[in-house]
Amino acid sequence: MAVKRKSGSVQFAELGVSPKELLGYFRDMLLIRRFEERAGQMYGMGLIGGFCHLYIGQEAVVVGMQAVLKEGDTIVTSYRDHGHMLAAGMDPKGVMAELTGRLSGYSHGKGGSMHMFSREKNFFGGHGIVGAQVPIGTGLAFAHYYRGNGLICVTYLGDGAINQGQVYESFNMAALWKLPVIYAIENNRYGMGTSIDRASARTDLFHRGMAYGIPGEQVDGMNVLAVYEAGLAAAEHARSGQGPIILEMMTYRYRGHSMSDPAKYRTRDEVNKMRTEHDPIEQVRHRLLDNGANEGQLKQIEGEVRDRVAEAAQFAQDSPEPDPAELWTDVLAEA
Amino acid sequence: MATEVLMPALSPTMTEGKIARWLKSEGEPVRAGDILAEIETDKATMEVEAIDEGVLAKIVIPEGTDHVAVNTPIAVIAGNGEQTVPAAKVPKRPPAEAPARPPPPPKRAAAPRAAPAETEYAGKTTTMTVREALRDAMAEEMRRDDTVFLIGEEVGEYQGAYKVSQGLLQEFGPRRVIDTPITEQGFTGLGVGAGFAGLRPIVEFMTFNFAMQAIDQIINSAGKTRYMSGGQMSCPIVFRGPNGIAARVAAQHSQCYASWYAHCPGLKVVAPYTGADHKGLLKAAIRDPNPVVFLEHELVYGESFAVPGDPEFIVPIGRARMARSGEHVTITAFSRVVKLVMQAAEELEKAGISAEVIDLRTLRPFDVETVVGSVKKTNRIVSVEEGWPFAGIGAELAAIMMEECFDWLDAPVKRVAGKDVPLPYAANLERLAVPQVEDIVAAVREVAYR
Repeated sequence: MAVKRKSGSVQFAELGVSPKELLGYFRDMLLIRRFEERAGQMYGMGLIGGFCHLYIGQEAVVVGMQAVLKEGDTIVTSYRDHGHMLAAGMDPKGVMAELTGRLSGYSHGKGGSMHMFSREKNFFGGHGIVGAQVPIGTGLAFAHYYRGNGLICVTYLGDGAINQGQVYESFNMAALWKLPVIYAIENNRYGMGTSIDRASARTDLFHRGMAYGIPGEQVDGMNVLAVYEAGLAAAEHARSGQGPIILEMMTYRYRGHSMSDPAKYRTRDEVNKMRTEHDPIEQVRHRLLDNGANEGQLKQIEGEVRDRVAEAAQFAQDSPEPDPAELWTDVLAEA
Repeated sequence: MATEVLMPALSPTMTEGKIARWLKSEGEPVRAGDILAEIETDKATMEVEAIDEGVLAKIVIPEGTDHVAVNTPIAVIAGNGEQTVPAAKVPKRPPAEAPARPPPPPKRAAAPRAAPAETEYAGKTTTMTVREALRDAMAEEMRRDDTVFLIGEEVGEYQGAYKVSQGLLQEFGPRRVIDTPITEQGFTGLGVGAGFAGLRPIVEFMTFNFAMQAIDQIINSAGKTRYMSGGQMSCPIVFRGPNGIAARVAAQHSQCYASWYAHCPGLKVVAPYTGADHKGLLKAAIRDPNPVVFLEHELVYGESFAVPGDPEFIVPIGRARMARSGEHVTITAFSRVVKLVMQAAEELEKAGISAEVIDLRTLRPFDVETVVGSVKKTNRIVSVEEGWPFAGIGAELAAIMMEECFDWLDAPVKRVAGKDVPLPYAANLERLAVPQVEDIVAAVREVAYR
């Protein structure tokens, strides 16, 4: 049942991905990369405070998964959430303005990096407590099941969250009631500073649902097409009433756990090797060039992405701070 | 185009740091991601990466320099022409200082204002137990709104561990009356997610003692998300079940959580006593767009009251109930101890002391207006609760009295609370640990000086 897979060997044409769509993945991943680099830079300038967890290196996971979702499908994740929001189509300006704690941010400056939401894009957070998003995502899937609307929820969690008890409480209920949920485990090998082999008795995580009869697959999370292929099958599984499914995305974060992480728990060589040999964006760039795209097209996309990020950064600095009266609003809804 | 590299802030608390080492020298080309320097912060030694391509044109701050303030230019990178990062300008920082004074909170009296006035119910009533009143409240709301469902341990086939959900599975079926595994954190979080998605879950805890396993989901997920989302999200959910002591079940099954939840903004907290209040407040809680913690009491489930039958009978959240009028002293209580307070008031009457009894019913938002109005008349107050005294509801009431009634008090505020020990099993010790009628009578005599 839990099938370990070799992924990345498929050609995109066989997946029904058009060159135009592939170009779109390139653009979406690049947007996340450049956005996060800029966020890191702005953190360094003191414009962004608190905790700031960058998604650089993991872009293929959210972009590949987003490509399989339908209108109305729901998404929830933990605190490393900027990539998920951009992939879901949230406005980089609103996300960056939330990072700078400004009124025009998605949460009016009251949530920050880890707590942003968009009802419009069906993005349900942005949750700061490791693992807490898993029962919440299971509840979003429960709502789809309750309404019988044929929609699914993608619940993202990391290799750190996977050892929280509430994850297994969720697996059990999701399997028991056959809830339409994909648990996408982003295995970037480190829960903060603890490598997976120091945290988990078994380091492959795709079979963590085996005790509940939840199928699992291991996916090359650095390859957007492998993610897309696995995501399509998983979405079909969940949508067709067969219950939950686990995708273990093998991925890697280039930056530290948060901005204040000296990352002494891994070697620079390890990071460089992933960057030079497995970078998700470079993989797609090469694939595009091998299949008829030209440098000029890619340069143009790069320019557009740079401009969007620059615009977001400027917006986030120009937006006013929330009015002091905002302190007291949004605690309760009017009954 | 040249870009200045600024001394970065590398932790939430860093204001300055030391340039430990330069890894690139002047004239060397750099690519995005290359390590330029190592910086010692207040926490650790961190690497500074180049963000853009170019040539390290100049090192402004030599290695070994300590106390370099954040945002000081430390190097210059000559760009390759593609640089779109606005170069070299120290950005406008947001004003560092908060407004000198935060704006005042909305008046505390906002709570009762938020609650519509309660109209006297003149319709038909039926005598029934609290257990039945709760069941009827849920059944009526489930008939009215298909998004309302009940989830918890033994709520369906078993008909409720305390028989509160009797008959609901038969009427509404397993889609809407959902038996869960023993998995409090899981089904609470699932309920919160369903609430975010617009359903209206009623999450039953077999007792609130078990909700401690799930309190993160109640407070961090249900209670805070509306605020953290700038008002975009809501979680219309009810967490209900018996709270407080039971009979001889010892410490782990006998705790009052009223002050725990009442402490937290983003939640509403209700703890009724009468049958009508159980029904009317539970219906209000189910219709409320916010998370409501609904504290019941095992020892009250079997008590009978006259309960309104009208399906539109609602008791607004946020208003206390004047249970008994009096002149000499105000006694506040909620949940089961209201009954003890009423008995104490009868005894006191015989001794010539006229007690006004306020059944608080809602603990958050707190009906300050009603309590303050009463104390301004009686000039004395005794707070009664089953929970522990330290940082309890009575402690909060004492603070409110200092803030709102200082000049009206003729005696210090007196608290009657559970003893500050885990609840013992032995019958005699258990009786000593929880408030009794005679404790209330003694406390009232103390503040009345007679």
